[in-house]
Amino acid sequence: MTLFEAIILTIITASTPLLIAALGELVVERAGVLNLGVEGMMIIGAAAGIAAAITTGSSTLGVLVAVLAGMALSLVFAALVLGLAANQVAAGLALAILGLGLSGVIGAPFVGVQRAGIGKIEIPWLSDIPFLGPLLFRQDPFVYASVALVIGVWWFLTKSRAGLVLRAVGENHAAAHALGYPVRRIRLLAILFGGGCAGLAGAYMSLVYTPFWTSGMTGGRGWIALAIVVFASWLPFRAMVGAYLFGALTILQLHAQSAGVPLPSQFLAALPYLITILVLVLIMRARRGGVAGPASLGVPFVPDR
Amino acid sequence: MKLVMERRTETPISLMLISPLIAVALTLISAAIMFALLGKDPVAALSTYFLDPLSDSWGLQEVAVKATPLVLIAVGLAVCYRAKVWNIGAEGQFLFGAMAGGYIAIITHGSTQGPWLLPVMLLVGAMAGACFALIPALLRTRFGANEILTSLMLVYVAELLLDYLVRGPWRDPAGFNMPHSVVFEAEATLPLLMAGGRLNIGTPIMIAIVFAFMLLMGRTLKGFEIRLVGEAPRAARFAGFSETRLIITVFMISGALAGLAGVLEAAGTIKQLQPGISPGYGFTAIIVAFLGRLNPIGCLFAGIFIAITFIGGENAQIMLRLPLDATRVLQGLLLFFVLACDSLLLYRFRLLRGAAA
Repeated sequence: MTLFEAIILTIITASTPLLIAALGELVVERAGVLNLGVEGMMIIGAAAGIAAAITTGSSTLGVLVAVLAGMALSLVFAALVLGLAANQVAAGLALAILGLGLSGVIGAPFVGVQRAGIGKIEIPWLSDIPFLGPLLFRQDPFVYASVALVIGVWWFLTKSRAGLVLRAVGENHAAAHALGYPVRRIRLLAILFGGGCAGLAGAYMSLVYTPFWTSGMTGGRGWIALAIVVFASWLPFRAMVGAYLFGALTILQLHAQSAGVPLPSQFLAALPYLITILVLVLIMRARRGGVAGPASLGVPFVPDR
Repeated sequence: MKLVMERRTETPISLMLISPLIAVALTLISAAIMFALLGKDPVAALSTYFLDPLSDSWGLQEVAVKATPLVLIAVGLAVCYRAKVWNIGAEGQFLFGAMAGGYIAIITHGSTQGPWLLPVMLLVGAMAGACFALIPALLRTRFGANEILTSLMLVYVAELLLDYLVRGPWRDPAGFNMPHSVVFEAEATLPLLMAGGRLNIGTPIMIAIVFAFMLLMGRTLKGFEIRLVGEAPRAARFAGFSETRLIITVFMISGALAGLAGVLEAAGTIKQLQPGISPGYGFTAIIVAFLGRLNPIGCLFAGIFIAITFIGGENAQIMLRLPLDATRVLQGLLLFFVLACDSLLLYRFRLLRGAAA
């Protein structure tokens, strides 16, 4: 394997958790809900996932528990913003803080326990294609799942009737309610989907990316996923581009460090965050007066009778 | 039967006072459940958490020392949140203030300077915090970039910058390669209020600022403007208040207070610069701001309560071997309950019989 191939492979693994989490949040925001707690749901997925995987010895169960943990936490958020019409920004922050704390409590007994990561799945024949084969068809199951998710979310939002209703709820919840659509039930399902995706992304962090538990191991990826959704203008395929762009930056930064670029390592480590800011600015500049996201995004909904 | 929510036209004042207390009570109940699940005696754990810190002078001083940065930051954040401007990067502004103020202490290290040194440090720290907060404010007003994300990303940048400085140019030459700066000279540290503790003049400074902000928010045109923009943005526009200027103002106010908190922490409690200078004060202060109902005096009481959980959490870790993160769980739960109880203020819940629904 050449160095170039190795770099591409690591970029794919670095981008996958960002992509999965961003896709979940994209659907939530399309339904008109801003859930800032992605970081919290992601890290609770990471902690619950590795805890379950170590206790039961099964990676599959670990992934399942991670998804359920993310969904459980998002349910708390849903109760607050849908049931009690609470401020979504504050509720999302609460979720992030709670998730970070809970993950520490759950993960504490598993600090330092090593386990083998989830292996790669080779697709017969296709993985033998020179160069492209190993890159595209010799990946772990999460990578395939993330690509399937992109296509699935795209199809759901643009081609299916349910997706159309979900977008209607996000654009104008009062009108959707007047038409008889169950606004809060639709939003609840979207929030649960977002929680499940964040949990899955967390499972990727603790079961594949770095197959052990360290406190705070998501390192702001949940927040970057939120930025990717804005960058993507709420479109699934652009979210994929965004996630791979950020993943590439993180990896190239690491390679620059090991190649001995004459800059302090902290400056290079700060690059992904600085570039996130830069990208947010550029995208907003390019979009002046254009789409600004779903119209009902972040507005609490209280049905009138 | 159906449960419906109706918007209240007026909120009874008694509810406004009771709602945070209900939230605290619900948090205590959840805490007892969590301790029991972790296999500890809930009563003993609760008393370690919430009563022991208040039982002696040392504990009380520690609570005041912890409450100082929390309340200072929260008062600034409350101003922002009142205007519905979401600065969540106070942690970064705190660190930036600590770095800038600490820089003055480091370059004057080893030479006698006189009594002007400390005021200069505090001023520089506050200004640095304000400047750091200006970045997300300008990005929002000039380009429309989401201030939640930009201010948060800058926290990571500030953390890495501090890490670089104390490992590189500002490292203590006599510190055996440990990542920290020199220990500040006596005149660059805050005077203690009494012997045998860590209580310093930072706490009275904080209390003075709380009262200043009470007057600013309640009695001045600026305070009215800030509240109006948050509560009725259209009316504020008709009144001729500039949203752009307001965003910049509230960001700089909260940045300055966070920066001041940072330099007070560096010069008062820690007396040097090191990477672990803040146990997440900037994020915890978000909880303090909401628990204090975005009101300066409320923030003071909320800050004291959260400070007790910090000290209690450290005690519980040593005495009951509870994980330190249990404190963060409690703080997160508290914010949840506060937000849930706030809905009681805005809405009335009514049960309707079948036919009427």
